[in-house]
Amino acid sequence: MKIDFKHKQSAHCENGVTSNLLHFYNIPLSEPMVFGIGAGLFFSYIPFIKLNFIPVTSFRPLPGFIFKRVTRRLGIKTKRFKYSNPEQAMKEMDALLEKGTPVGMLVGVFYLSYFPKEFRFHFNAHNLVVFGKEDNTYSISDPVMENVETLTYEELTKVRFAKGTYPPKGRMYYISEVPQKIDLKEAIVKGIKHACKDMLTIPIPLFGIKGIRYIAKRLKNWPNKYGDKKASLYLGQVIRMLEEIGTGGAGFRFIYAAFLQESADVLEQPWLLDVSKEMTAVGDKWREFAYLAARTFKKRGTEISTYSQLSDLLFKIADQEEAIFRKLKIISL
Amino acid sequence: MKIKDVPQDDDGFLEEGKVRDMCYAVDEDGNYKQVLSIGWNPKNEAMKLALQLVNEQVEKTKQQVIEGKLSPIAYYMEKCIMDVKLVSQYTGIPKRKIRKHLNPDVFIKLNPAEIEIYAKVFNISNTDLMDIEKIKNL
Repeated sequence: MKIDFKHKQSAHCENGVTSNLLHFYNIPLSEPMVFGIGAGLFFSYIPFIKLNFIPVTSFRPLPGFIFKRVTRRLGIKTKRFKYSNPEQAMKEMDALLEKGTPVGMLVGVFYLSYFPKEFRFHFNAHNLVVFGKEDNTYSISDPVMENVETLTYEELTKVRFAKGTYPPKGRMYYISEVPQKIDLKEAIVKGIKHACKDMLTIPIPLFGIKGIRYIAKRLKNWPNKYGDKKASLYLGQVIRMLEEIGTGGAGFRFIYAAFLQESADVLEQPWLLDVSKEMTAVGDKWREFAYLAARTFKKRGTEISTYSQLSDLLFKIADQEEAIFRKLKIISL
Repeated sequence: MKIKDVPQDDDGFLEEGKVRDMCYAVDEDGNYKQVLSIGWNPKNEAMKLALQLVNEQVEKTKQQVIEGKLSPIAYYMEKCIMDVKLVSQYTGIPKRKIRKHLNPDVFIKLNPAEIEIYAKVFNISNTDLMDIEKIKNL
């Protein structure tokens, strides 16, 4: 049994799953559209929470938020489940497939057999869609893969019940009801307003523009405070979060610029095209940062001056992003 | 980023036709398009740095296993980038017991059923887990 489901690759897994599921229900939204409506752009730096001994830096909101926000903003009804019993989780998924419903789910990537070996860390917030079962083998639409993949019953069970930080616990979700008409324009405006709020007004200095300034300030002292080796490690991690599979380049900034470009058309508000260009320019700055940072840690930071250069660059990025979101804030229909 | 500037720095991490990075870049008219990239040097370097640190730790543990100071469980644990806590979550074996099993003298007395639980988590066969000669050549 295989559902007629179209697999389309995307930059980011959650955008991709959301976009592919919406396509299945005849709501053809692109990845940037999904990302923008879901207010996927973010920044956070949380030095006191460490993952693999490295402070958490992130360019996106928590996993699951994009799907939730997009479906809610479009008036689409969804169902979500979480399990403690793997057999039950598999049985209920099978029943949905039997009814012709493609199922989105969270998995851990460590045991994901088709994933490139070097990327199989203990990362538990990967999304994919299961859309068929033949004998013991499931058809998998994994948005970061170029083609459809397969997993056996045992493999799928194992990744759905991966352990460690934020275990997926068999979490799965699907679209249960689609409204007759969706209001795309309003959803876009809400998505943009939400991103502005997240980037500009969270009153904690770890998030949004404040977060960028915060890491800029701290980063300058990394070599003194932690020594070259650790400073390199921290810097390497920032680049990985910025450019790792799934960001579309520059920590999602280019995807967001693409979203603004598409929105200018939909909303018939050409001023968004200019903001899109500014966003592209910020993305290029982030790339410059990654380039400079890689040079710094490759040399193992023999010149401390580069860390302050990097810091200056981040302050500039923060200023530019602040200007962009202040402009976007006033958006209305 | 312009389409012509999308980097294609292959460092063996990604594979054409299987998995490449989906990038967003602008064409000559300034319109955003999707472009696949096989890699970019700065992030390849970041990746290598992370892997290098894992490998250093794996090598260190490997020597200790060969010298008979630690059991093979310690080696495969490092190789799977796990710690005792994570192994415990996967196996259901208490952390305190796992720490004991890192001792080679305790390890050789483990029964086949226990060995199998570990082997399954490390995705290897029972005999591989027992075979220290094999670890020497890894």
